[in-house]
Amino acid sequence: MPAIETIGSSSPAVAVRMTAINKRFGSVQANADVNLSVIRGTVHGLVGENGAGKSTLMSVLYGFYAADGGAVEVFGAPARIRNAFDAIALGLGMVHQHFMLVETLSAIDNVMLGAEPHALLKRADAVVRARLTELMNSTGLRVELDAVVGELSVGDRQRLEILKALYRGAKILILDEPTAVLTPQETEALFKVLARLREQGTTIILITHKLKEVMRLCDHVTVMRAGRVVHECAIADASVQGLAEAMVGRQVHMGRQGDALAAPGAVTLQAEGLTVRDAMQVVRLHGVSLSLRAGEIVGVAGVAGNGQSELLDALSGLREPDQGSLRVAGETFEPGRWLDPRRARELGLAHVPEDRHARAMVMSFAAWESAVLGYEGLPAYSRRGWMRHRRMVDATAALMQRFDVRPRDPLLVSAKFSGGNQQKLVLAREIGQTPRVLLVGQPTRGVDIGAIEFIHAQLRALRDAGCALLVVSSELDEILALADRVLVMNEGRITGELPINECTEARIGLLMVETAHQREAA
Amino acid sequence: MSAPLPRWADVVVLPLVNLAIALLVAALVVALIGQSPGQVMTMLVQGAFGTERGLSYTLYYTTTFIFTGLAVALASHGGLFNIGAEGQATLGGLGTGLVALWCSQTLPAPLLLPLMFIGGALFGMIWAAVPGYLQAYRGSHVVITTIMFNFLASSLLVYLLVNRLKAPGNMSVESVSFGPAAHLPGMHEALAWVGVTWPSSPLNLSLFLALFAAVGVYAFLWHSRAGYRLRAVGSSEGAAAYAGIRPRRQIIVAMGLSGALAGMVGMNEIAGVNGKLLLDFVGGAGFTGIAVAVMGRNHPLGVVLASLLFGALFQGGAEVSFEVPGFSRDMVVTLQGFIVLFSGAMAYVIAPALAALVQRAKSARGAAAAVQPSQAPHG
Repeated sequence: MPAIETIGSSSPAVAVRMTAINKRFGSVQANADVNLSVIRGTVHGLVGENGAGKSTLMSVLYGFYAADGGAVEVFGAPARIRNAFDAIALGLGMVHQHFMLVETLSAIDNVMLGAEPHALLKRADAVVRARLTELMNSTGLRVELDAVVGELSVGDRQRLEILKALYRGAKILILDEPTAVLTPQETEALFKVLARLREQGTTIILITHKLKEVMRLCDHVTVMRAGRVVHECAIADASVQGLAEAMVGRQVHMGRQGDALAAPGAVTLQAEGLTVRDAMQVVRLHGVSLSLRAGEIVGVAGVAGNGQSELLDALSGLREPDQGSLRVAGETFEPGRWLDPRRARELGLAHVPEDRHARAMVMSFAAWESAVLGYEGLPAYSRRGWMRHRRMVDATAALMQRFDVRPRDPLLVSAKFSGGNQQKLVLAREIGQTPRVLLVGQPTRGVDIGAIEFIHAQLRALRDAGCALLVVSSELDEILALADRVLVMNEGRITGELPINECTEARIGLLMVETAHQREAA
Repeated sequence: MSAPLPRWADVVVLPLVNLAIALLVAALVVALIGQSPGQVMTMLVQGAFGTERGLSYTLYYTTTFIFTGLAVALASHGGLFNIGAEGQATLGGLGTGLVALWCSQTLPAPLLLPLMFIGGALFGMIWAAVPGYLQAYRGSHVVITTIMFNFLASSLLVYLLVNRLKAPGNMSVESVSFGPAAHLPGMHEALAWVGVTWPSSPLNLSLFLALFAAVGVYAFLWHSRAGYRLRAVGSSEGAAAYAGIRPRRQIIVAMGLSGALAGMVGMNEIAGVNGKLLLDFVGGAGFTGIAVAVMGRNHPLGVVLASLLFGALFQGGAEVSFEVPGFSRDMVVTLQGFIVLFSGAMAYVIAPALAALVQRAKSARGAAAAVQPSQAPHG
């Protein structure tokens, strides 16, 4: 593998060369003198924390933003990319993290949309179908072309997005966090396809923060931090630890830290036979039972959408289940007389919801207003119906200090904090009231490595102080790093329970996808 | 992608620029029909503020707009678009009037006036709470139901006046006049008590009521726990539910309070000015309240200022159409239309250009003094 430095300028072996790219947003220098060379026919990893400038750089390449300065060359020729049409014409294709598909249209119509080869749709359909079949055969990307996109799985949609880009003649594929929404098995399948595309000469730029995946698939890697390239090397010279430190700019401790208590304490929360039906009467949760003990972290692994959200909602009182019972802090709740979120807080049952934007905070509120959400009725925060501003702001400042929330400004609007800092603020609020039970959904979704380390440490500290924790995460690594006991969920059921020392990625991965049918056969 | 406007520019500069554009376009139209824009504008300002009488009329209109503007603003903090302020104000007037009709011969003013106030607020509240309930528990959209309730309100008033309340032998559709105890003193009367002579006008003490209401709305929204919960529901229903706030109940609370504010119009129009129940005393102020709330950015202070602007347009416009031949009442409505268009519907059309301007000014300053990075970039 040739080292980056040895590649001559404007060599056709270079698919993309970006030189001295600068881009400012207001007072923020999103890209500062960024250089990037991607060799033709390789997979190039672009890693960095949120806000490091990766997306800005790729947006410049794809024509979403005009750079303030710098040059772009594609396949050796200077390129002026003003919009996505220019980018597509040059052979660039982008697969966004949030898919750009029309859910009500069929797969083939989505591919055709905006690139219809014929004015008569019937003929266009035939042309596109032939070309796509050819592409599917050569790449191994298989999608049911006549299926409505809304009914396709996430993995299928992603394959469709890649097909769409290839159909439009992409020779350079930009993938933005492609595995964030995939199961381990789907990730595996995606990587096989990407490897095959690489063999066929496609150049791939992979934006990610999962360093294990970079190590597995990429040929080269560029690390960005605070708008600058801080490290670049061939994969043979890289290590997960080294890349993580380059991203964060200091030493980080990933993975498990310390051990669980030898014997967890008394059961503080017990759920029996929770069954939840959605509005369409589809059963989302099938008779789930679980118990949480003081001083242990129970991890719930599973592909997102397999009942974890319903479980959290039921346990936290946001949603009344159709059947089942819940016992928490000596009180028993049953359908018809279910726990409500306010009572939950009174009983010491705190909840960090999965969806930070829609649930955990009010984005348009000042940080201090979000930092008292759910606790605004406490005597410390309000008296005779009036809010005690000073106290709330001071309390928020203290929480920000304790949880290292930056910027440390209780008056700043919640939406202006980065994902990691928002999450720290939410955790601070919930942990700040010293709960007996803490339910956490996706503790580190959209959170930087540095903040992940901090959040994990806080959760462990809470466990060590005797709190019972339930952590739901679709990141297997996170479950393995945090949990003392692991529950695996699939299709609304708990398909397995393992103590942490019996957990392997393969074993959990299997439980995550095993269907009821397979279980009966076994 | 453009940077967001700084707060001062959003709150002060943008509305002023929008107003200026509206006036400019209006001036163009005035010129187009062969009048002198300069003369018309001068006369408008002169008519609205130039005389004690003109000023009084301006403030009288302002009072009603403050009530309806606050009503719309408060509902929108609860995430609701209340376009039923017209009907709620009608019912408020009815409530005020009924209390006056029943009690104005028996109760003294210090007891009667508060009762009339409560009657108006209560009627407005109930009239708005019904659509609130339908939205919260039956899923009928409040925009649809409140507009239907406007029609119901005006029909109800007609029915009551024609069939129940009309004085026998009277040709016009109105109730008998209230007793003197039901009269809310006019500003000229109040000023006469302290020895100031002021020309007689419809302006009355309910102006202070309106200003109190504005302060009350501010205190409620930003300093009370109930207001906090209402804003939480309005900004994010999901987060509110998570916090243990019941969104459905808050919807009824928001609509009820909104309706009560609109209902206070009765104090100005019925208790303060007319002294009897009659038809159409709201006269579209409920809809003007929407424009007022939009222009005032749903902030009580903004609502007061926007009300003053619309009050001045009403009064000044009436003056112009009276004085300038060929400048009809419709031209005044056109002018108001432009202001609503540019400060309401198109309020943010020029925002990006303004933001770019502010940005350029900033970087020019930043070149001299090093700028501190303050925001996190969006990666």
